[in-house]
Amino acid sequence: MPNSAATHAVSELATVTAEPGVPKPDPLLVADKVNRHFGGLVAVDVDHVEIQRGSITALIGPNGAGKTTFFNVLSGFDKADAGSWTFAGNTVTNTPPHRLARKGMVRTFQLTKSLSRLTVLDNMLLGAGGQTGEGMLASLFPFTWRSQETKNTERAMVLLERFSLASKSKDFAGSLSGGQRKLLEMARALMLQPELIMLDEPMAGVNPALKQSLLDHIRDIREQGTTVLFVEHDMDMVRDVSDWVIVMAQGQIIAEGRPEIVMQDQRVIDAYLGAHHDQELTASGGSLTEEVTS
Amino acid sequence: MDMGFVLTQAISQAIGVTAIIYLLATMGLNIQFGYAGLLNFGQIAFVAIGSYAIGVFIIQWQGSVFVPNLWVAILYAILLSVLLALILGVPTLRLRADYLAIVTIAAGEIIRLIFKSTDSLGGAQGINGKMGEEFYAINPFPEQDRFDFGPLSYTRNDAWVVTVGWIVIALLLLLTWALMRSPWGRVLKGIREDEDAVRSLGKSTYFFKMQALILGGIFGTLGGIFWAIAKQSVQPDSFVPAFTFFCYTILILGGAARVMGPVIGAIIFWFLLVFVEQFLLLLISNGTITFLEPTQVGPIRFILVGLGLMLLIIFRPQGILGDKKEIALDAK
Repeated sequence: MPNSAATHAVSELATVTAEPGVPKPDPLLVADKVNRHFGGLVAVDVDHVEIQRGSITALIGPNGAGKTTFFNVLSGFDKADAGSWTFAGNTVTNTPPHRLARKGMVRTFQLTKSLSRLTVLDNMLLGAGGQTGEGMLASLFPFTWRSQETKNTERAMVLLERFSLASKSKDFAGSLSGGQRKLLEMARALMLQPELIMLDEPMAGVNPALKQSLLDHIRDIREQGTTVLFVEHDMDMVRDVSDWVIVMAQGQIIAEGRPEIVMQDQRVIDAYLGAHHDQELTASGGSLTEEVTS
Repeated sequence: MDMGFVLTQAISQAIGVTAIIYLLATMGLNIQFGYAGLLNFGQIAFVAIGSYAIGVFIIQWQGSVFVPNLWVAILYAILLSVLLALILGVPTLRLRADYLAIVTIAAGEIIRLIFKSTDSLGGAQGINGKMGEEFYAINPFPEQDRFDFGPLSYTRNDAWVVTVGWIVIALLLLLTWALMRSPWGRVLKGIREDEDAVRSLGKSTYFFKMQALILGGIFGTLGGIFWAIAKQSVQPDSFVPAFTFFCYTILILGGAARVMGPVIGAIIFWFLLVFVEQFLLLLISNGTITFLEPTQVGPIRFILVGLGLMLLIIFRPQGILGDKKEIALDAK
């Protein structure tokens, strides 16, 4: 059953003009004049962008477009040279990642960072916020944190059940397959009950059978009221799941709009597909883009 | 000299004062490296701070109003240890792990050379004298020359030192166990696996790493305090980088990130070291080995122990208490 807030947010997007930097009816994340350069190379130069609350927004672009750098800057893992951005109305410019996570903005990584020598359940519990037992002194007195730990464990098991990992809860995370690690990382991020979840290439290295279930999980996250922003190469995924697409090339946002509109935009086709633009976009998904952009 | 003597010597060293000092320092390393993944190669700096705090405050500052007794000196030693951890950690814990390794190994040498070249801190002669009289004054063992526990024999003072040492170790093991089963310990282990992941989950990893560095440093300092009290002497050249490497050897031998790992490691390490030495001396004295001089035994035992450890790392990299499956996960 779709969450009404999510459907509302998505229907609102239908009326938004497809042009770079367009204002959204209900923005959760707003970035202004964000600039990041490495020596003479301008990696990110975003004038203005807004992410609609309750939507699934895709950030796409050819290799070297600055997507991941922009992502790292927004999530506090890299520092911007200039610019400012707000999250849910609060300025969070260059806020360190752990503070952002506590404010409700959580990211995952392209190279999955499951914590190998911790069990799946411990990975999940690490995600829970505001734990009394994480204080060094309080940790010595289990009665101060035991009940909280029980509640977190219950919540973790519900999430693991949802991501089909419950039977693995006692295994080391390092023993999971690549796809299961992606699921674990996503589930772990949800332990923070974030308002915005940022997924860095969630489909990278995932087999086709698992892709469909990952897509369902991402939709599910939106239905539960969490906004999703993801970087992706896989065009099938972008078309299937996203409500809004932002296209970057050479550090700038060159287009944005609903997926069916953006994919016909000449600037996007030029930037993304270059000489091969006459080929069908759906033909071979990721491998086509790799071939073209390499 | 016979086989019984060799074994007795080895056992008494395996649970003796030196083993206790190394064990305390290694338990600190276990928290820093084993659980939190901090590459502290300068644990000896924390040990030196402990020893020198006792030496300087009790002997050099004798009668000073600031140091009324041994217990206050111990408190100062711990505070200095915290200060050292802060000085080392503030600039390096934000950087990659390798930087902490470089800074700590250098800090250990800097501290040793400062002590060695400053006369008011003992200089090259070190500090000798009665340290820890208050400690020996509360010795509950009855007045007699020697105490025999089975084949082992201790002087009254040594018996007291060893007893207190193992009681302190037991308490610190309990503390380590309590910390590492808690959510605090979970964050530490997470940092060891992947710091960025833990940051992305809303934890200030810097803060946790600092806590681990301070706590592990205090363990090392307690070893140093113990050293000064037990040996009644503090020599600058005892505090060489090799000490830290032996601690790592002990830790890996016993099994890192296991509460009991350092205990098993220290006992076996010291047993083997003394056993090999005494056994070779025995063979030389009854003419079985003719190609070695007794003076060559010291270096040779380290060669043999080093060889043994290489074999251990190759065939049992997880250490004695470790789990092979856990080590294999790293390769993925």
